Amino acid sequence: MAEQAMTTRAAVLPEAGETRGPKKALDLRYQPGFGTIAICCLAMLYAPILVLAIFSFNGGSSVTRWGGFGLNWYVSAFNSEGFHNAALTTLKISITATIVSTLVGTAAALATTRTRRWPGQTVAFTIINLPLMVPEIITAVASLSFFALVASVAHINLGLGNLMLVHTVFCIPFAYMPIRARLEDMDLTLEQAAADLYATPWRAFRRVTLPLLMPGISAGAALAFIVSFDDFTITQMVAGPGQTTLPLFIWDHTRMPLTPEINAMSTILLGVSVAFVTTSFLIARRRRR
Amino acid sequence: MADIAAVEARGVTKIFGQGQDGVRALDDVSIAIRQNEFFTLLGPSGCGKTTLLRLIAGFEQPTSGEILLKGSPVEHLPPYRRAVNTVFQSYALFPHMTVAQNIAFGLEMRGSPKEKVQGVVEEMLALVKMTGLGGRRPAQLSGGQQQRVALARALANHPDVLLLDEPLSALDLKLRQEMRSELKNLQRRTGITFIFVTHDQEEALTMSDRIAVMSKGKIQQLGSPIGIYEQPVNRFVADFIGDTNFVEASVDGSAGEFVHCRAAGGLDFLANPTTNATAGAKVTLAIRPEKISLRMGGDAGTIAQTVYVGTDTNYEISLADGSRLTVRVQNAMDGRAQFAVGEKVGIEVPAGAARMLLD
Amino acid sequence: MSAPAIPSERVTQAQAVMRRRWLRSRWGLAAPALVIIGLFGVLPLAIMVIYSFLEAGEYGGVVWNFSTEAYVSFLFQRDIFDGHLIFSPDYLIIFVRSILFAAATTVICLALGFPTAYFMATRPVHQRTLWVFLITLPFWSNLLVRTLAVMLIIRDEGLINDVLMGLGLIHAPIVMLYTDGAVLLGLLYSFLPFMVLPLYASLEKMDFRLVEAGFDLYATRGKVLRRIIVPLARPGIVAGCLLVFIPAIGAYVTPLVLGGGKHLMIGDLVALQFASSRNWPLGSAQALILMVGVLVALLFYVRSTTGKAQALHG
Repeated sequence: MAEQAMTTRAAVLPEAGETRGPKKALDLRYQPGFGTIAICCLAMLYAPILVLAIFSFNGGSSVTRWGGFGLNWYVSAFNSEGFHNAALTTLKISITATIVSTLVGTAAALATTRTRRWPGQTVAFTIINLPLMVPEIITAVASLSFFALVASVAHINLGLGNLMLVHTVFCIPFAYMPIRARLEDMDLTLEQAAADLYATPWRAFRRVTLPLLMPGISAGAALAFIVSFDDFTITQMVAGPGQTTLPLFIWDHTRMPLTPEINAMSTILLGVSVAFVTTSFLIARRRRR
Repeated sequence: MADIAAVEARGVTKIFGQGQDGVRALDDVSIAIRQNEFFTLLGPSGCGKTTLLRLIAGFEQPTSGEILLKGSPVEHLPPYRRAVNTVFQSYALFPHMTVAQNIAFGLEMRGSPKEKVQGVVEEMLALVKMTGLGGRRPAQLSGGQQQRVALARALANHPDVLLLDEPLSALDLKLRQEMRSELKNLQRRTGITFIFVTHDQEEALTMSDRIAVMSKGKIQQLGSPIGIYEQPVNRFVADFIGDTNFVEASVDGSAGEFVHCRAAGGLDFLANPTTNATAGAKVTLAIRPEKISLRMGGDAGTIAQTVYVGTDTNYEISLADGSRLTVRVQNAMDGRAQFAVGEKVGIEVPAGAARMLLD
Repeated sequence: MSAPAIPSERVTQAQAVMRRRWLRSRWGLAAPALVIIGLFGVLPLAIMVIYSFLEAGEYGGVVWNFSTEAYVSFLFQRDIFDGHLIFSPDYLIIFVRSILFAAATTVICLALGFPTAYFMATRPVHQRTLWVFLITLPFWSNLLVRTLAVMLIIRDEGLINDVLMGLGLIHAPIVMLYTDGAVLLGLLYSFLPFMVLPLYASLEKMDFRLVEAGFDLYATRGKVLRRIIVPLARPGIVAGCLLVFIPAIGAYVTPLVLGGGKHLMIGDLVALQFASSRNWPLGSAQALILMVGVLVALLFYVRSTTGKAQALHG
C-alpha cells in the first residue's frame, strides 16, 4: 500500500528541471507554433520603424551606414524653413479638420445612435461612413476633379480651405465611430433620471450626457487628428503649389539624395502618432474604471 | 368631503407596437391612489405594473385614458414638468457626480438658491443615514448605500408622489428586510404618497396600506393586505399571494350567512356567499393551508408527505378521491412533526375559511 | 373584448408636437455631417463619373463633349493611321495584377494573422491590452513613413545588402527594391494589423468552453483548431479579409514607393492619368471600374453574412 502511494506520488511530481513540459501539454489553449508566429509578426511590424528611428540618430551622412551617435539631423530638420512651413500648414489643416469633424461627428452620433428608428436613419449612417468605404486614391482624384471644376466654373479657390474641406470629409467617420461606441455603452436610464429630476432635454444633455460622452469625444478627436496629420494620398492630389504638408515634404525629400534628415523627420512624425495613440489608449483605460 | 386623490388613472390603456403585433400592456385600468398612502402595485413580470408607473412618471404616454395628479390631467406633460420623482430599479445615479451633487440635482434644475440646496442635501443625508458621505462617488458605494442615495435624490424635491420601481430587488435578504421597515418609516415621516412596484408578495404584504394585484394589464384586486390575503376574489389572486388549496365543489344550499358546499372527497365546507352561489352550481373554493386543522385518527384522508420548513410543517393529505390538500401546522415546542406519513387523519375547516372564487 | 383605445385630444396633440420636434432634431443633428460629406464627398464622386464620359482636354482637365473614348481606351487602342481598334491589354494586366496582389496579400495576412490573433486572445488579460496596443500602433502611424522605412532597408544601398556584403556573404547587392516582391512585402506590412485586429476581436469573444467540449470528445489539437475554433471565428475572418482586400486593390502609396513606376497597381495608374498623362476621363473611367470591383466585393460580403443568418434560422 505504502509502496504504491510512493510510486504514484513520484509519477505525479515533476522531475527537477522539467516543469515546463507537462504544463504546456495540459494547457488547452496552446497551439504549437502560434506564439512564434505572433512574435515574428510583431518583429516584422516594428523592425523597419525601429531601424528608421535608430538611424535618425546617425551622426554620419549615410542613411544606412552608422557613423556614430548624433542629433545633428534633428537639428537641421528643426532649422529647415521648409520643415517649419510644412509643419505649420499641416497643423492648420489638421486642427481645423479635427475641430469641425468632431463637432459634426458628435451631432451625427447623437442623431443616429440608441434612438427610435427614424426615416432616413440607415441612409444617414451609410453616408457618414462612406469615406471609409471608398479607396483613398478615388477620393483623391474625385476631389481634385471637384475643385478644378469649381475653380474653372465659379472661379472659387479656397486655397488651404480646399484641403481643410477634404480632410474634414474623411475625418468625420473617424471621429464619429468612438463617439457612437461610447454612446451605445451609456446607461439610457440616466437621461430618464435627469428628466425625472426636472431637467429639460437640453439641460439633461449638458449636465449628464455630454460629461459622460467626453471620453468618446476625446478619442474621436485624437483619431481624427492623427488621420488628417498622416494623410498623404489625398493631400498630394489636391494640394496646390506652395501647399506642402509634412508627409508631402518628406516625399519631396525622397526625390533628392537621401540623408538621415529624412529619418529624423520621419521619426518625428512617428512620435506624434505614438503620442496620440497612447493618449487614446490611456483615456479608454480610465473610462473603463 | 373627500380628499383629492394623489394619483388617478381613468380608463388607461397602453398598447406597444402597431396592429397585429401590438402588445396591450395595460387594459382599461382605473385606479385612485390616496394622499399620504403607501400603495403597492403587485404582480408577476409582464403584468403592466412597471408600465403604469412609467405612465405616471411621464416616460410613456397612454394610448387612451387620463392620468391625473391631484386632480389635474398630466398625461400630455413630459416628466420634467410633473411633481413626481422616481427611484429607479438600477438606481441610475449620475456616475460623474458626487453623492451630494446627485441629491442636489433636482433642486438645481428647479433653480433653488445655493444655501437652500445645501441645507436640503444635509437634511436628506441625515434622513437616509448617510451623513458625511456626501463627497463620495456612486462607484465607491455599496448597493445598499446607492439605494439610499437614489431615495434621497428623489425625496429632496419633496414631490407629491414618489415612485419606486422594484428598488429592493438587487439587495440581499437581510438588507432588504431592513430597508422595508426604513421605507415604511420614511413614508410615515414625510407624508409623501409612495407608489411601490414589486413582484415580491411578502414585501407588498408587510409594507403597504393598500395593494393592487395586477395580471395581464388588468387590476385583479385592490384592497388592504389583509383583505387581499384573506378574501381573494379570483383564482389568480388566491394563487399569487401565499399558498392556496383549490377545491372543486358544488353548491348545496345556503346555511345562514354561509353557503354549504360539497366537495368530491366527501368533505363539507361552509363558504362565503358570492353571486354565483346557486344550488347545484360548480364552484372553486380557495382554502389557506394554515386554516385547516388535522385530527388524529379521522378518516378524511391519509398523510402522503411531510415537509419541514422550520417554523411550520407542511403536510400533504391524500383524500378519498385522490386529490390532495396542503395543510400547514405550526411546529410544537420541540419541533417534532405531530403526524407521520401514512397516518389517517380527520380534517376540520372553520366556517368561512373556504372562499368561493369568482371565476 | 376590450374597448378600442381612443386617445384623448390632449394626448394626440401633445404627441404630434413632440414627434415633429423629435424628427426635426434628428435631421438637424445629422445634417451638418450629411451636408459636408454629401457636398464634398459624394458630389465629387458623381463629378468623376461624369468626367469619365467626357473628352480629355489638351493640357489636362476635360472638354464638355460626351464621349465614351475613355472606356474604349481601357481595352483598346486606336491605330494612329486608320483609327481602328486594336486590343491593348496593358491596363487590363494592371487590373488583374492588382487583384492578384490584393488576393495574395489577403491570403498571407490571414495565414500569419490568424495565429497571431489567436495567440493574443489566449494571453492573460493584462498582457492582452499590451499586445493590442503594440499591434494598433503601426496601424495608426503614417503609411508613407512606414513604407519608406521598408524601402530604406531593402534598397541596394540599404541595411540588408549592407550587412550581407559586410559579412562577405554576397558580392553584389541583391535587388529587392522595385520588384513585385517588394510591393507584396509592402502590402503585407501595411495591412497585417487590418487582419489581426478583427480576428482578435472575434477570437476574444469566443466561448472557450466549446473548445473544452471538443477536447472532452477526444479531438486532437489540430482537429479542434480546424473544426471548432476556425468556424467560430468565421465572422472575424470575413471581416479581416474584407478589410485587407478592399483597400489593397486600391493601394497607392505602397506600389508608388516600392514599385518604382514599373509595377503599377490600379491606384498608381489612376493617379498617373491625373498627373503626367493628363487624361482625366481615362483616369475617371479606371477609378470607376475600380469602384465597381470594390462594390462587388462588398456585395459578396453582405450576401455571405445574410446567407449565414438565414442558414441559422432556416
